[in-house]
Amino acid sequence: MTMTTARTVVTIAALTLREASRRRVLWALAGLTVVLLGLSGWGFSRLAAESGFGTLTSGQARLVASQLLNLVMFGLSLIAALGTAFLAGPTLSGETESGVAQAMLARPIRRSAVLLGKWLGLVVFGSGFVVLAGLAQCLVVWGTVGYWPPQPATALALLAAQTMALLTLGLLLSTVISPMASGVVAVGLFGATWIAGVVGGVGDALGNDGVARVGAISRMLLPTDGLWRGAMHAFQDPSAFISLGPEAAAFPFLSEASLTPAYLAWAAVWVAMIWGLAAASFARKDL
Amino acid sequence: MSLEVGRAEVVGLLGPNGAGKTSVIKMLLGLVRPDAGEAMLLGRPAAEPAARSRIGYLPELFRYQPWLSAAEVLALHVRLAGVGVAAPAQRDCLSLVGLAERAGDRVGGFSKGMQQRLGLAVALVAGPELVILDEPTSALDPLGRADVRDIVLSLKARGVAVLLNSHLIGEVERVCDRVFILDGGRVAASGTLAELLGQRVLRLQLADVSPASQDRLAATGEVEHAGEWFTLTLPADDDATAVPDLVRDLVALGVRVHAVEPARISLEERLLGILRDGNEGGAGGAGGAAGGGGA
Repeated sequence: MTMTTARTVVTIAALTLREASRRRVLWALAGLTVVLLGLSGWGFSRLAAESGFGTLTSGQARLVASQLLNLVMFGLSLIAALGTAFLAGPTLSGETESGVAQAMLARPIRRSAVLLGKWLGLVVFGSGFVVLAGLAQCLVVWGTVGYWPPQPATALALLAAQTMALLTLGLLLSTVISPMASGVVAVGLFGATWIAGVVGGVGDALGNDGVARVGAISRMLLPTDGLWRGAMHAFQDPSAFISLGPEAAAFPFLSEASLTPAYLAWAAVWVAMIWGLAAASFARKDL
Repeated sequence: MSLEVGRAEVVGLLGPNGAGKTSVIKMLLGLVRPDAGEAMLLGRPAAEPAARSRIGYLPELFRYQPWLSAAEVLALHVRLAGVGVAAPAQRDCLSLVGLAERAGDRVGGFSKGMQQRLGLAVALVAGPELVILDEPTSALDPLGRADVRDIVLSLKARGVAVLLNSHLIGEVERVCDRVFILDGGRVAASGTLAELLGQRVLRLQLADVSPASQDRLAATGEVEHAGEWFTLTLPADDDATAVPDLVRDLVALGVRVHAVEPARISLEERLLGILRDGNEGGAGGAGGAAGGGGA
């Protein structure tokens, strides 16, 4: 039975990756990413040449580079979020709606194995994308302005984790609502927690605990923003934040602190919980 | 409802829209959860995924991954079924349904009829012992329908059990050994075709009918009469002697026999008769409470 399940998971994961490449999602993402990398490369090189990067103190230069790097990384994570959320939705609810799932699930396989396979395929696809694109972006910045993030591996891993959290939510949504709606809701929630995170940062800077709590609570409900802030912290220059003082918390593209192990554990539990809900909901669904 | 399909047997499901034909099939396959009752597939509870390992299924709503080629869809289903089917055997399966030349083409470009043919190949590819076909000819041209008929009969010849859901009575009549007529989620009637259609009718045009000869007619079966025409319902267990014996006796009793016309109730008439009776609140045949089926 476990052999069968493992074979099903691997087969469905491979099928999901093949779907991504055949449906040209992969190529659309690659195209968007190349455009973004190109633009950022051009921007960084102009910054170095014209805005007197040489005249700024090196601390200021690193602060600007950190912020810009985080800004572009946010763009990348947004592309990954959109891409995986709009892939995760149709892949499950689209298949149940169109009837593709009926023929497949009449095979001697468990629905949870199918869901795990889809999830695994999407995780490989989404994290593969952010890691490769993020690494390319780091190289662009290094090549143009000579800035290299302090913890690139941690940062890229956290970006991948953020994508994983969002696509798991997308899968859960797609077991209960229509394909398009699940994509829209997942991306909407992603945007809302990011804004809540920014609002919370403003609260921190102003010393307003009530406002600051908005960010903290939203980061618990949907850990994408928390993981994103951890990634930013690993991308940015450690001295940048100190040089700005306490107001820095209000900057949307700088992060105050690295993630605690407790928060990472919560994010893992959250993903497992959402996946479990998705599996329960999918198992009970009448096709 | 209670339903059984045996090996080398083709069983047909008939009934009006909403009778529960597709729901029964989906419950057997674990696609829909039954509120109560149980089903056995090839000796295992249908709720276990392993019970479906020797089942081939063509859904009513047949759709396959449009970004895969026909051959890739078959290969996928072979892997999911967990059986080893060599590539040549998979190709044979595609040629059986007339798709050999389109094996490498993306399913997204297929017509509905071609997708249904592919669905049939998917149902057959993994060497099933029970094949469940839900409206297998809904998108097919007359040639395709004949192909499906031949395929079903060849499955039967190989000892495969077939459960066929179709609203095309003629199709069911031609290939099925037994028929279940469903209405409102219950079995309104069931039996072999001979049992269901067994009631044959004899129309006779007679003159000089004496009371003795009327008694002789009534002894054979139920009689209705209008003028010179007598309509006689023959018993189901008729061993082909009833009609010649009756004619001989009538002639001996002095009746002048102008015409003897045998007629057979078609499945369609029978189906309509059963469903109308049921809807008028009449006896609904063999409806059971809990149920399930299996081969």
